[in-house]
Amino acid sequence: MKIHEYQAKAILAKYDVPVPRGEVAFTVDEAEAAAKKIGGSVVVKAQIHAGGRGKGGGVKVAKDATEAAQIARKILGMTLITHQTGPEGRVVKRLLVEETLPIERELYLGIVLDRAQGKPIFMASAAGGMEIEEVAAKSPELILKEAIEPGYGLAAYQGRNLAFGMGIPAASVNSAVSAMMALANAYNACDASLAEINPFILTKDGKVYALDAKITLDDNALYRHKDLMELRDLNEEDPLEVEASRFSLNYIKLDGNIACMVNGAGLAMATMDIVKYAGGSPANFLDVGGGANAEQIKNAFRILLSDQGVQAVLINIFGGILRCDVLATGVVNAARELNIKVPIVVRMEGTNVEKGQEILKNSGFNFTVADGMKDAAEKVVRAVKGAAA
Amino acid sequence: MSILVDQSTRVIFQGFTGREASFHAQTAMDYGTQVVGGVTPGKGGQTHLGLPVFNTVADAVKQTGANASIIFVPPPFAADAVMEAAEAGVPLVVCITEGIPTADMIRAAAFLEGRNTRLIGPNCPGIISPGKCKMGIMPGHIHRQGHVGVVSRSGTLTYEAVGQLTKLGIGQSTCIGIGGDPIIGTSFVDAMQLFNADPDTHAIVMIGEIGGNAEETAAAYIAKNVKKPVVGFIAGQTAPPGRRMGHAGAIISGGAGKAEDKMKAMTQAGITVCASPAEIGDKIKSRL
Repeated sequence: MKIHEYQAKAILAKYDVPVPRGEVAFTVDEAEAAAKKIGGSVVVKAQIHAGGRGKGGGVKVAKDATEAAQIARKILGMTLITHQTGPEGRVVKRLLVEETLPIERELYLGIVLDRAQGKPIFMASAAGGMEIEEVAAKSPELILKEAIEPGYGLAAYQGRNLAFGMGIPAASVNSAVSAMMALANAYNACDASLAEINPFILTKDGKVYALDAKITLDDNALYRHKDLMELRDLNEEDPLEVEASRFSLNYIKLDGNIACMVNGAGLAMATMDIVKYAGGSPANFLDVGGGANAEQIKNAFRILLSDQGVQAVLINIFGGILRCDVLATGVVNAARELNIKVPIVVRMEGTNVEKGQEILKNSGFNFTVADGMKDAAEKVVRAVKGAAA
Repeated sequence: MSILVDQSTRVIFQGFTGREASFHAQTAMDYGTQVVGGVTPGKGGQTHLGLPVFNTVADAVKQTGANASIIFVPPPFAADAVMEAAEAGVPLVVCITEGIPTADMIRAAAFLEGRNTRLIGPNCPGIISPGKCKMGIMPGHIHRQGHVGVVSRSGTLTYEAVGQLTKLGIGQSTCIGIGGDPIIGTSFVDAMQLFNADPDTHAIVMIGEIGGNAEETAAAYIAKNVKKPVVGFIAGQTAPPGRRMGHAGAIISGGAGKAEDKMKAMTQAGITVCASPAEIGDKIKSRL
């Protein structure tokens, strides 16, 4: 689960990572009040779940509260388009108003899971303020790494390795090390899957701050963090995806016109791939899971078809636990209740496949039954092209 | 022959009396697997599906001589179940559970270091040596005994590949689903090592997906060590970056984990890479 910058900073502050003084604002008045309270010049930052906000015009400095209000009026409600939002962009509904700080140097701190080592890796770089992926690609030697041993957190000596490695002046090393250890503690304590401070700044008076913050939480661990669960912002998610998650369906909206309904994540991805391979374009990723029932199939259908761009549906089920007859019943019921007009291609394999095919055949609907994935993909692509012609 | 599991494997179920475990224990027994008992804390002494239930894995091992365990315990308790099985000295542990917190698995993985337990999974369909032993949730009837090893990060996509092989009359020595999570017990490289050493496995199917770099690591290993033909497929060629495609581990992040990079590394390693998932069976046939 992604959270906003201001939420991430609140978590960091709780674990003693120094962050600038700031407040979240949902309205222009709140932004002005926050700026007044902070005093002096402030930075007004759009809060959306995507990077590149500065380049997109979502981060501006104001010399006082009056100007902060003017800026807030412009940013609140604007559709911010960055390289991470996609062309449709995101509407800004929240702002973070923060004190400005005298920046001496911009550094980078981050923690990600290293799958091969099976432990989190603490990364630090003197090349802060840039896209870390770019740094990793162009000059990987600028990224210093220390493994976080399970159960131990980041050790002080590891922090010193990183701090001296980045060339932090001796007078500021201790506070930098404390901040790094605090970041590692925050990462562990809230079951994060990613934590990033970019930039981590050194000020002219030798202090360190997290000037930006990004934390992604492990969805599988949210059950034990009720407080963090409340940080979910549904405005940042696709409404159809939110709807799907209510029925334990794993749905991701894409740009194409062929809706896919599949059991299992790997097969669902492979189905998207083969649709593309056959010359079509998938409208979504949808994994109905291993134990889907007729009701879930119906809900899945409803969600697939509420995407206006969908011109045909491809169902690809390899029945293991999910039996083909259960699936077929669900499909027929959904077709009846939802009055489905678009062509439906069904490919079933596995447990009770004959029964399932019989149900489809006797349903009175004109389902196209496919033999194998390739056949299914080709048939559904033809169906879409036929509709277009 | 086969790898890791066969007729001599004596299996216990952890979370035995639950709905899922009960269903799959019955199917495993119907398939001919030697299921010798199960564990559900607090239900020790009872009988379930005609088999003894124990409170602890240690008890179950002592009483039944089990040498393998399959875990159907809910996510909050599953990593603990893995550690309990390892502490009881079970040499092979298969964890089916999906949705285990990563931090729990980091701890469990550290716990397994230096112990003689091989973990398969979590978040996997399990392992099957057709005609001998089924330790997992895969439909047994789509398999056929033979000489192709299958290793995959996915569940149903593995069934798809197996289904294609069986339809062509090509049997399998062993099929392992290594799981879709970021932290897993048995890697592609581990599976390759085992298949490579098994004289009865003549060719290998490797099914990867986006996320991480396990496929690249396996490709490097294969180029150096594996002389048997390997056919590969990567799911998620059309997946958008930054989105988690169902599996916790299936995400392209920071420019890493892309399908095209994996396919390139695999091709360079001499693996026959399928662009389409429908070609897996045919490609194996052409390389046998």
